[in-house]
Amino acid sequence: MRLEGFKPLSVDAFHVDGLQNIEHAFPNAVFPKGCVHEFLTFKQEHVAATAGFVAGILSKLMNRNGVCLWISTRRKMFPTAFKAFNVQPDNIVFVNVRSHQHALWAAEEALKCKAVATVIAEVPELTFMQSRRLQLAVEKSNVTGLVLRTDAKKLCTTACVARWEIKPIASRLDDGLPGVGFPRWNVSLLKVRNGKTGSWMVEWSADKYTVVEQRNDERELVQKAG
Amino acid sequence: MKRYMSIWFPCLLTDWWTKRNPQHRDRPVVFVEKNHGRLIVTATNIEARQLGIHQGVPAADAKAMVSGLIAIDGIPDKAEQLLAAIGEWCIRFTPVVAVDVPDGLSLDISGCAHLWGNEKKYLTDIASRLHEHGYTTRIGIADTIGAAWAAARFSANPIVEPSQQTAALSQLPPDALRLEAETLERLHKIGFRTIESFMHIKRSALRRRFGNHLLQRLDQALGHEFEFIHPLLPVAPYEERLPCLEPIVTRTGIEIALQKLLDALCERLRNEGLGLRNAVVKCYRVDNKIEIIEVNTSSASNNPLHLFRLFEMKISDVKPSWGIELFVLNALNVEPVRLNQSVVWNASQTGFEKAELTELLDRINVKAGADAVFRYLPQEHYLPERSIVRAQSLLQTTETPWWNDRPRPTVLLQQPEPIQVTAPIPDYPPMLFVYENEVHKIAKADGPERIEREWWIDEGEFRDYYMVEDELGQRYWIFRAGAYEDGRVARWFIHGFFA
Repeated sequence: MRLEGFKPLSVDAFHVDGLQNIEHAFPNAVFPKGCVHEFLTFKQEHVAATAGFVAGILSKLMNRNGVCLWISTRRKMFPTAFKAFNVQPDNIVFVNVRSHQHALWAAEEALKCKAVATVIAEVPELTFMQSRRLQLAVEKSNVTGLVLRTDAKKLCTTACVARWEIKPIASRLDDGLPGVGFPRWNVSLLKVRNGKTGSWMVEWSADKYTVVEQRNDERELVQKAG
Repeated sequence: MKRYMSIWFPCLLTDWWTKRNPQHRDRPVVFVEKNHGRLIVTATNIEARQLGIHQGVPAADAKAMVSGLIAIDGIPDKAEQLLAAIGEWCIRFTPVVAVDVPDGLSLDISGCAHLWGNEKKYLTDIASRLHEHGYTTRIGIADTIGAAWAAARFSANPIVEPSQQTAALSQLPPDALRLEAETLERLHKIGFRTIESFMHIKRSALRRRFGNHLLQRLDQALGHEFEFIHPLLPVAPYEERLPCLEPIVTRTGIEIALQKLLDALCERLRNEGLGLRNAVVKCYRVDNKIEIIEVNTSSASNNPLHLFRLFEMKISDVKPSWGIELFVLNALNVEPVRLNQSVVWNASQTGFEKAELTELLDRINVKAGADAVFRYLPQEHYLPERSIVRAQSLLQTTETPWWNDRPRPTVLLQQPEPIQVTAPIPDYPPMLFVYENEVHKIAKADGPERIEREWWIDEGEFRDYYMVEDELGQRYWIFRAGAYEDGRVARWFIHGFFA
């Protein structure tokens, strides 16, 4: 386990409020901190949904005063939105680089730096070797890295601990009220090292995650969207 | 104690011309200029002088005296341009170089000569280098600018030893004092052939007969009065220089040079409690080109190791060609450095105060370009583009809180993009919209949220924003620009994607 990048269970095991069901998919039922996760985001809508889902975890990882680096090749994130997920938007440092090679270099440098809480990198592709480099960097520094992959054609095996896919699904409103409800996503764990894969429906409301049961009509919608 | 050097170019213009036209070497050359309707010789070379042609002779007379005389039309301000260019080149010898019109340069060489061994070697080096470039020079070194000027032009011994200027000047003619022609003529008429002959006369008598200027020049030459010079390049206060005996061509050599410079500069900055935000290294190459590398830091730093790592990434941009003979490190922007205090109450410290983070961001900045790293602060505007502003520094904060009453999209397009919609009635959200050739049927919608233009900043239509969710559960932020009016198609735009 240690050779695979998993740390032994420490006293202050990391948990995210409301994601217990998903944490059970990981070894020791603990959300893996200090390693690299990858997220599949092939559409603009999926990037937006992933940003929202990730922001909830970020708020816990950054722990009020930590600093998060968001590395991408194009500026498009709107920091104000992160406030709704309990992240202080001025604690996010955006790094805008020219090419994805530069983005990977910056991500690796940032992952080596212990002063950073989390590093998020948007890259089109991540080869196995590049993911190994990121993994080796975090093993020393215990920084959490999140890689958002944007090119569906360049999908390959990586050394990341988990492969996530976050897709937006229709929000639910009680009693047929008009308007749009709380953000809701279909969270799939496609690959988990030493864990179980699965799919959950997660809602962000009242400043925390809630895993909700799918109704039959919604399940159809998810399949349609997928 | 100050030491000055004066370089005299007796044949500045003609030397420059002969250098460009080597086939006419060893022939008499003069520059002529129109003066009161006739051509007058304004510059001569040594060959012409030996044949008896001096400045001020009419060109027609000169041509009659010497057959085969080459007369070139004078170029206005050429001498000043040449002197400025040579002066800039001379910065490799001392940082303070001033142009001394019409035909010389003044250099403040205090503390420079020992780098070449002694003043004699320093002087010989400069003279031979200028000679290689084709310029005849005479050079003088003394404690004052005036004495150096006199030594260069009138003395057989170019170097006046420290505080010996009175003895050195006493045997020179009054012409060595940089006086106007009129005063000189009067001095000669009275019979003052050397400076010594009037040096000890009562000052009031000299002032009455020759004016204050003579006394001022005398005091300046003897060192009783300080003379200011106006350097070509203003001296940067935080600067380190490293001349090299052998030209440097290897990467290792450049690295060692940078380390030495940074160590010296950081030591000085640390003693003064400062750190640099912006630094430039100029590498003076043997072939008179200057290679420049520049780094910026996100917070004041005086850590030589960190700064070296920033420069290290840019060393590959330096082309040493035949070699670099001088490195100059300039701290253009210095700021007081934040002292690292041991923090008792850890919760108040944000991550931005950690040195590792600022160093990381500096490295990214150097590699990815100066505009790569930024963070945002809220601004009191409703228009989404204007509601955030780039922070000037990592530690900048504002009193404005982040605004959170209304949902905002996580992804915001830099420019709103037009979409085609089918909207039933005014003020209702559309039923469907087409974006990037994809039809989105709207299942749920919220809004409108009207955001007015700020008329005191710019004019334009207000926006009615709707948060819409399509049948697949994807959420968008779309808006209609302006109100519905007769005979006009409402324009709709997509501006963002919700989580």
